[in-house]
Amino acid sequence: MAAIRKLVLDVLKPHQPNALEFAAALADQGPDYRVRLTVTEMDEKTESTIIVITGRDIEFEAIEEAIKRMGASLHSIDEVEVYGPSPA
Amino acid sequence: MNRGNSRHLLRHIYRARGIARRYFITNGFDGALTMLGLLAGFYTSGTVSLAVAINACLGAAIALFMSGISSAYLSESAERKKELQELEQAVLRDLEDSDHGQASRYVPVMVALVNGLSPLLLSLLIISPLWFARQGFFPDFSPFAAAIIIALAVIFLLGIFLGRVSRTFWLWSGLRSLAVALLTLMIILFFNSGQ
Repeated sequence: MAAIRKLVLDVLKPHQPNALEFAAALADQGPDYRVRLTVTEMDEKTESTIIVITGRDIEFEAIEEAIKRMGASLHSIDEVEVYGPSPA
Repeated sequence: MNRGNSRHLLRHIYRARGIARRYFITNGFDGALTMLGLLAGFYTSGTVSLAVAINACLGAAIALFMSGISSAYLSESAERKKELQELEQAVLRDLEDSDHGQASRYVPVMVALVNGLSPLLLSLLIISPLWFARQGFFPDFSPFAAAIIIALAVIFLLGIFLGRVSRTFWLWSGLRSLAVALLTLMIILFFNSGQ
């Protein structure tokens, strides 16, 4: 089965949890996940962010669930990097 | 992952500690002053039996508990609902299942418990000498005077707590609260002495 190695997500999040807590919670979803979060726009109640997640096999459903749980909204998947199964 | 879930929810609840602290002090002060007023009235009348005094104080304490719980729950849950709706409009999605949604349900309960229990527990502490006296303990000491002293001490301690929160001099803050209690006591004694 194909493995997701990189995801670039456009996410609209509330101010709380803050960027650090939010990124840390996403990184907690997998043992080798690396998360880079960039705030691109700040509003009265929300922040627009671009989140780059890299890992050996990213579980998208868990990431999506964590984003929802923290009160954020996934706007779009802007970039993906997927590896097919290695030949036997 | 479950640990992460509860950690974020707990963080939301932890952020509400300022509100809970405020409710604890305001309603605790209410409870202590109400007991002080009742006890001063009983003390000056001199004819009230311990059973009547305990029942009256207990009735007032339970009323304060119920009023504290219901008023804080209603006002806090309305406030949280409004905040959640505003956030939902900002992120353009339903947040009922999110940490924000759960916090908007749990925080009013926590705040209501603090608001209700603080006057109840402080009142029970203040009227404890009346119970002890009824059980036959400390026969040489007036239970009403002892309860009034405990009420003044509780109010002084609430003032100290307030001073620690605002990071001002604890003794000054304690004495200021005590002055309010003593003024209340004097007003009650003044009116009762005229009867």
